[in-house]
Amino acid sequence: MLPLDIFLSAMANGLMMGAVYALVALGLTLVYGVLHIINFAHGATLTAAMYAVYVAHAMLGVDPYLALPGLAAIFFALGYLVQRWVIGPASHGDDSNILLVTLGLSIIMENALLAGFRSDTRSIDVPYGFSVVEVGNLFLSTPKLVAFAGSFVVAALLWLLLARTDTGRAIRAVAKEKTGAALVGVRVEHIYAVTFGLGAACLAVAACLLMPTFLVNPRIGKAFTIVVLGGMGSIPGALIGGLFVGVVESLSGLYLGESLGQIGIFLIFILVLLARPTGLFGARA
Amino acid sequence: MRSSYLPIALAVAILAVLPLGTSSNTTLNFLSFALIVALAAQGWNILGGYGGQFSFGHAAFFGTGAYGMALLQVRFGINPWLALPLATLLGAAVGAAIGALSFRARLRGSYFALVTLAFAEVFRILANAWGFTGGAAGVLVPLRIEAANMQFADRATFYWLVLACVAAGLVLTQAMARARFGAWLVAVRENEEAARALGVDSLAVKLRAITLSSGITALAGGLYAQKFLYLDAGIAYGSWISVEALLAPIIGGLGTVFGPLVGALVLLGLGEATKIALGHALGGAVPGVDLVVFGVLLILCVAFAPRGLLGLGADVRRLLRRPV
Repeated sequence: MLPLDIFLSAMANGLMMGAVYALVALGLTLVYGVLHIINFAHGATLTAAMYAVYVAHAMLGVDPYLALPGLAAIFFALGYLVQRWVIGPASHGDDSNILLVTLGLSIIMENALLAGFRSDTRSIDVPYGFSVVEVGNLFLSTPKLVAFAGSFVVAALLWLLLARTDTGRAIRAVAKEKTGAALVGVRVEHIYAVTFGLGAACLAVAACLLMPTFLVNPRIGKAFTIVVLGGMGSIPGALIGGLFVGVVESLSGLYLGESLGQIGIFLIFILVLLARPTGLFGARA
Repeated sequence: MRSSYLPIALAVAILAVLPLGTSSNTTLNFLSFALIVALAAQGWNILGGYGGQFSFGHAAFFGTGAYGMALLQVRFGINPWLALPLATLLGAAVGAAIGALSFRARLRGSYFALVTLAFAEVFRILANAWGFTGGAAGVLVPLRIEAANMQFADRATFYWLVLACVAAGLVLTQAMARARFGAWLVAVRENEEAARALGVDSLAVKLRAITLSSGITALAGGLYAQKFLYLDAGIAYGSWISVEALLAPIIGGLGTVFGPLVGALVLLGLGEATKIALGHALGGAVPGVDLVVFGVLLILCVAFAPRGLLGLGADVRRLLRRPV
């Protein structure tokens, strides 16, 4: 068997990657909780955000961590506009239409990126990309630790927003009972768009945290979406599910090898869907 | 009521004489490819159009048909004329199994779409890693041109073979739509609870639909393998065919007999035109531009033509006929 250290470092890597998965899952869960649809364009939006980080660094020389607030704001605005002016009007309020429209958006984004950047895999080169922190016998990558901490900070901020602000109350009201919320003066279309914007902003943050250690190609986002679905349904569920998926991926990569490694997460995803369609920690359907 | 088959006969007759007007191999290859996609889309349309169960992973069936066709020949030395129906059955069996798992778990809507997508991805990863399927290098069907080997010197012959399958798909869809089973399937699509209350066994109906649907799409995959004689996991189980099999019926007309055929021809025609136009404008092929057009078409269709081009055509005709 493998020595304990290798196992432990795979665990640690999985947990750090899982935190970013959790962030991606958080955006998806938020949109699902309020609009009751799976945003199929979530993965492609993440890819777009990663390319935005890449472009900001390669062409404008902006560090990914410095780009974070700006990109989060830009993606919030994009998400708001797309929901308000494209997804909302085009789907006539029908769930399967929303599914198809977001599928259409993901096809457009993914292939526009393919046309613009070709299928080459790209990464950015930052001075701290390979710096490590020594913990016992383990060497933990600093940017991955930052990603781990950053994901939890964002999750806490999101929770505060939902629990403590008027917008948060309106979002929760629309999620529970949109007709009732509309009756007491909540603008449902506006709240839908805000929720979508928040989901997109989560992705922009995830992209900034990922890029120092990760790579990007036009098709990378799709796997992310599928991966994080297991934890859908609630904010703690998204966090625990994301961490769990990160660990499973890291360990199955360690024991099954690079090409077969991905299969573990897909199989878990299928099993979770078949056994608990609302996600590992979601309410029973 | 036999007259309802007349439009099918007419459409097939028109498509059948097309090769006589051209000797261009490029055109014939394009037409054969478009009809293969149309056939895959006809399969999707049974489950998605008539049954209302949107699969995002019909690549799982297309790829199984394609790999079945290629591997039965290469690994077991089975004659292609026998391998094609076997590959079709294999695809139908995979469809029945996936259907049994996901419909029993009561998955529908986005969840059904996602679980089919995940199955297709699992198959793609397996086919890419397993030596039996040729791994990442793919599998090559040896070139041996003779009719007994389903390889023809003349491209038109293979086109007619594909057309015959598409014609069979049209007749089958029409017969199904008129049969009791078709009515049950539409009832399940419109309101599953109400259909069950009226005594329709919705699980059995959906299982039959996915089996039929995946069989037809697997047949398309088998024809694809025999047409191009090469496969890898990205081609056979790639998301491109899941997307095109779904787009063609939506653009042509969801749950109609001719929707997938019309949609596939329009879709691939437009895709080809975009590629050529942009290729000229930018001085080289740009990958992905045709798919960008497909995505835009999908959104436009959902927004403005929910019944597809055929529905749009019917609306226009009704407007013209109305006295001013």
